[in-house]
Amino acid sequence: MITLPKTEYQKILEHAQKNLPEEACGLIAGKIEGNDKHIEKVYLLTNIDHSNEHFSLDPKEHLAAIKDMRQNGLSPLGNWHSHPESPSRPSQEDKRLAFDSKASYLILSLMDRENPVLNSFHIEGDNATNEGLVIE
Amino acid sequence: MFITVAGNKKEVKDGLTVAELIEQEKVETPQYVTVSVNDEFVENGNFATTALKDGDNVEFLYFMGGGQ
Repeated sequence: MITLPKTEYQKILEHAQKNLPEEACGLIAGKIEGNDKHIEKVYLLTNIDHSNEHFSLDPKEHLAAIKDMRQNGLSPLGNWHSHPESPSRPSQEDKRLAFDSKASYLILSLMDRENPVLNSFHIEGDNATNEGLVIE
Repeated sequence: MFITVAGNKKEVKDGLTVAELIEQEKVETPQYVTVSVNDEFVENGNFATTALKDGDNVEFLYFMGGGQ
């Protein structure tokens, strides 16, 4: 299971909506307890691809976020990005570029603008498993 | 000499290059890793020729990207 505070979810949602029609992206950090992950902080980064179909994290912002995590005693847990026009599930491109099998990959679908959907996935090779995200 | 790697201080041999450090740290899929030394990014093509110095602060960042 992976948990996400509602306040942090709102940050993801607002950032993704603000960046439409482009994909938005960022990082997640928190604590690991056994098999559970607890996201405590989300980072809103720049999609340097500025595309509605692709994203790449800004390396400088990525570095700054990693340092911030360390200073705050948080572990890097993975990343998040939005799908402006497609469902909340990893695309072939997402799977191909998921190099860290320990990471969680959150995908926010804004396909239905009135009903955003956020899921978290474990990706290993071509297999993606829904991690059962709980927004609390 | 001593350097800091991902926040952890460690002793390494003098003149260690970024490429050697990547191998020593068993970094997975190094072709997709960005390296910064003292907050300056090192070009991938310069890993083998970039020698580290005592006190350097090294970070490894995995490329993160995707597409819908």
